[in-house]
Amino acid sequence: MRFILYRLLEAIPTIWVILTLTFILVNLAPGGPFDREKDLPPGVEEQINAYYGLDQPLPVQYVRYLGNLLRGDLGPSYQHPGWTVNEIIAAKLPVSLILGGASLLVALIIGLAAGIIASLRPGSWLDLSAISLATIGICLPSFVLGPLLLLAFGIGMEWFNVAGLNTPRDLVLPSITLGLFFAAYIARLTRSSLLEVHNLDYIRTARAKGAGERRILLIHSLRNAMVPVASYLGPAAAGLVSGSFVIETIFGIPGLGRYFVLAAINSDYTLVMGTVLVYALLLIAFNLVADCIIAFLNPRHRSGGTSR
Amino acid sequence: MLGIGIAMSGCGQRTTPVELANEQQILLLGNGSDPEELDPHLVSGITEARILNALLEGLVRLNEKTLQPEPAAAASWTVDASGRFHTFHLRPEARWSDGTPVTALDFSFAYQRILTPALGAPYASMLHVLKGAAAYNSGDTADFADVGVRVIDTHTLELELSNPTPYFLSLLSHFAWFPVPRHTVLDHGAIHQRGSRWTKPGNFVGNGPFALTRWNLGESVDVARNPEYWQSSRVQLNGIRFIVFDNLNAEERAFRAGQIHVTQTLPLGRIRHYKAADPSPLHIAPYLGTYYLGLNVTRPALDDPRVRQALSLAIDRRAITQQLLQDIQTPAFHFTPPDIDGYTTGFRLDEDPEKARQLLAAAGYPDGRGFPRLEILYNTSESHRAIAELIQERWRSVLNIEVGLMNQSWGSYLSSRRQGNFDIIRAGWIGDYYDASTFLGLFTSSSGNNHTGWALDEYDALIAAAAQSVDPAQRRTLFDQAETLLLQQLPIIPIYFYNSAYLIHPSVVNWQGNLLDYQTYLDIHLDRNRTLH
Repeated sequence: MRFILYRLLEAIPTIWVILTLTFILVNLAPGGPFDREKDLPPGVEEQINAYYGLDQPLPVQYVRYLGNLLRGDLGPSYQHPGWTVNEIIAAKLPVSLILGGASLLVALIIGLAAGIIASLRPGSWLDLSAISLATIGICLPSFVLGPLLLLAFGIGMEWFNVAGLNTPRDLVLPSITLGLFFAAYIARLTRSSLLEVHNLDYIRTARAKGAGERRILLIHSLRNAMVPVASYLGPAAAGLVSGSFVIETIFGIPGLGRYFVLAAINSDYTLVMGTVLVYALLLIAFNLVADCIIAFLNPRHRSGGTSR
Repeated sequence: MLGIGIAMSGCGQRTTPVELANEQQILLLGNGSDPEELDPHLVSGITEARILNALLEGLVRLNEKTLQPEPAAAASWTVDASGRFHTFHLRPEARWSDGTPVTALDFSFAYQRILTPALGAPYASMLHVLKGAAAYNSGDTADFADVGVRVIDTHTLELELSNPTPYFLSLLSHFAWFPVPRHTVLDHGAIHQRGSRWTKPGNFVGNGPFALTRWNLGESVDVARNPEYWQSSRVQLNGIRFIVFDNLNAEERAFRAGQIHVTQTLPLGRIRHYKAADPSPLHIAPYLGTYYLGLNVTRPALDDPRVRQALSLAIDRRAITQQLLQDIQTPAFHFTPPDIDGYTTGFRLDEDPEKARQLLAAAGYPDGRGFPRLEILYNTSESHRAIAELIQERWRSVLNIEVGLMNQSWGSYLSSRRQGNFDIIRAGWIGDYYDASTFLGLFTSSSGNNHTGWALDEYDALIAAAAQSVDPAQRRTLFDQAETLLLQQLPIIPIYFYNSAYLIHPSVVNWQGNLLDYQTYLDIHLDRNRTLH
C-alpha cells in the first residue's frame, strides 16, 4: 500500500514537469491554431485570440491553464470550436483503450506461446522458426503489415471491413498489426528468461525431486521468467494505447492517437496538452500496474519503492 | 493470424455497406478530414461546405449543371436600376427543421452574427460587398443599422450593396450567406459565442434538405431527409453519411471493398489502374483552382520582372502534369482557370528556353553567373517535392542557376508565408465563387493573400473598375487587361489548373461534377441494379 501511495505522489511532479515542457514546446513551434490555407482577414485573428485569451502573456496563459486543469477543465479545442478537449478525450480514449487492449491480448497470446515453444527445445527447428517469426514481427513496420493484411483479408477474401471500427470483428486486423511487434518482443523476452531460469538451482532441485516437465514449466519456471516480461508490459501497454496513430490512420479508426498527432500539426494547443496529460497518466498507471505484478511474482520486490 | 483468417472463412461473401445503403437510399460519401465545426460562420473548408450544403440553404442556390443562380429560400427577387438594391421574397412555406418558419429576421441575424467582430468569422469578408459591412466587421461602427441589411417584413429582405456586384447572386449560394436559426443560436449562447452547443446533434436546426442526426468526431456526420424542407418531395435520398478519411489510401481501399459510394479524391498511384478499368468508376472534372509559384519580389534578382519571366519561360509544365501527375491536371499558361462565367484571358505564357536565357542575361546574369542562390519553399508533401525538384532541375539545365528546396510542416509553412520569409513558394488557390474576381482580386495591394510583395496601382484600378461595372462584356475586358498585366509582371508563375479526380460507384445516379465541387444532393438517388463488376 505504502509503495503504491509513494508512486502516486511521485507522479505529481512528473506530470507537472511534462505539462510545463509541453506548454513551452507547443508555444515555441511556428504557426498558430488559426492558420489556414487562406489567411484570415486582418483583425479577425486578433479577435479570436482575444476570445480565447491567447493575447495574454504566456505566463498568464500558463497559470490560467493550470488553474482550469485543477478544476478538471482541459479547455476548448481551437480546431473544433464546438468541442471541449474533455469531450474529445472522453469520446476517443475508449476507442484507443479498446484497440490497445485487444492488441495487448494478441501480443501476450502470440508472444508467450511462441516464447514458451521456442524455449522447450533450444536450437531446434521449432525454436528457430518461432524466433525467426519474432524477428520478422519486429522488423516489419505496421505501415507495411497493415495494408498487406487489408489487401489479403479485407479486399481479397472480403472477410473484414477495410475501414472503421463498428463491430468487434473490425478489431481483428488492426490489433494483429499493432500487437505483432510487441508479440515478437515478448516472445524473445520469454524465451531468453525461461532458458535462464531452466538452469537455476531450484529448477534442477524440482527436476531431481521428480516433478514433471509440464509442472516445472507452469508452476516453477514461468512465474519467475515472467518478471522481465511483466516489467516490459507497462511501457508496452502505454505504447499500444498511445502509439496507434499509424494503425488508426491505416484502418480509419477514430482513436485518440490521431487527434494527438493532428492537434500537434494544427497547433491545437489545448488538445495537445490534454492528450499529453492523458498519455502521461496512462504511462504512469501502466508502469504502476506492471510493478504490482512484478511484486506479486517476486516477493523480493515487495519491500517498497525506495529500497530497490 | 492465418488461423483467425481460416476461422473467418466460413462467413463467406457478405453484403457490403454500399449494397445495404443502396437498399436504404443512404449515400456513403468519403469526405476527407474531420469537419472543424458545423457552424457556417466558423468554418472555411471544403469538407464543411459539403455538409453545410445538405443542412442549410441560402437565398439562392446554384444549378449544379450551369452554375447559374436559381431560387432557393427566396422564391423570387428584384434588383433596382442601380444594381445595388436587391429585394428578396422568402417562401412563406419554408420551415426550419424544428417546424419554426424561416423568416427575413433569421437572415438578418445570420449576417449580423457573421459580421460581429468578436466572433472572428473566417469568411466574414464574403459579406463585405454589403454597404457598411466592412466597417461593422472591423468594429469601426457598432450599429448594425448602418449595414445594408433591412427586414422589410417577415418574408421580405432587402440587401444594399456598396457597388453593383454582378456576381452577387452567385455569392449568395456560399455557406457564408446561409441563414442560421436565430431562436436556436440564442438559446445556446450570445451572438458572438464561438463553440456554442447549437451545432450539436439534437440541438442543430437547419433549413436545408437534410437534418443532422449524428456527429461523431473522427467517424462521420450523418444527416437524414428533412421532412420540413419546402421541397422535401423532390429529395430522393433518405440520408447521407459524410465519412472521415484522413488517408487517401484508406479511402480508396474502402471504395474497393464496397464501403463508400463516392471518394473525395484518389491517390495518384491508383489513377493508371482506374483509367485502364472498364467501365471505370474514375471521374475527372475541372475544379476551380490554380497551382502556382509565388515569387517574393522584394528579394534580390526576383525584383526584376525579366528574371521572373525567365524563370517562367524555362519551366516545362507539360512534363510536370504528364510525368508527375498522371495527366490528371491541366498545364496553366495563365492564372484564372478557363471559362469562369464566360471569362478566359487572351494572354498566354510561353515556354522558350532560348528566350529565357536571353532575358536572364539582359537582367545581368549571363549564363546564370552571379545569380543569388534562391530557395523554393513548399509544405511537406511527396507531390509538392517532386514538382519542386523538376522545376529545380529545369532551371539548372536551362538557366544554369542553382535553387535550393526547403520543405516545412504546414504550420511553419503558413507562418513563413505570412511573414514573407521565402524566395519562391509553392501555392494553390481555390476560387470561392463563380467570378474571375475570386482569382484576380488576390493580387491587389490590399489583399491579405497576396504574399508576393507585388503591388501595382494600375492593376488595383482595373480590379476596382471591374467591381463597379455591371456590363459583363466590359468586366471581361477589364479582367483581361488586369490579368495581362499580372502575367507580364509575373509575381506568380502559374503551373497547372486543378482537376478533381475521384471515384463514384455506378449505383449513384444524378451526381453532378462541376467546377465548384458544389452539390445540393436534391436529385441524387441510388440504383441497386447498377454494380461495379
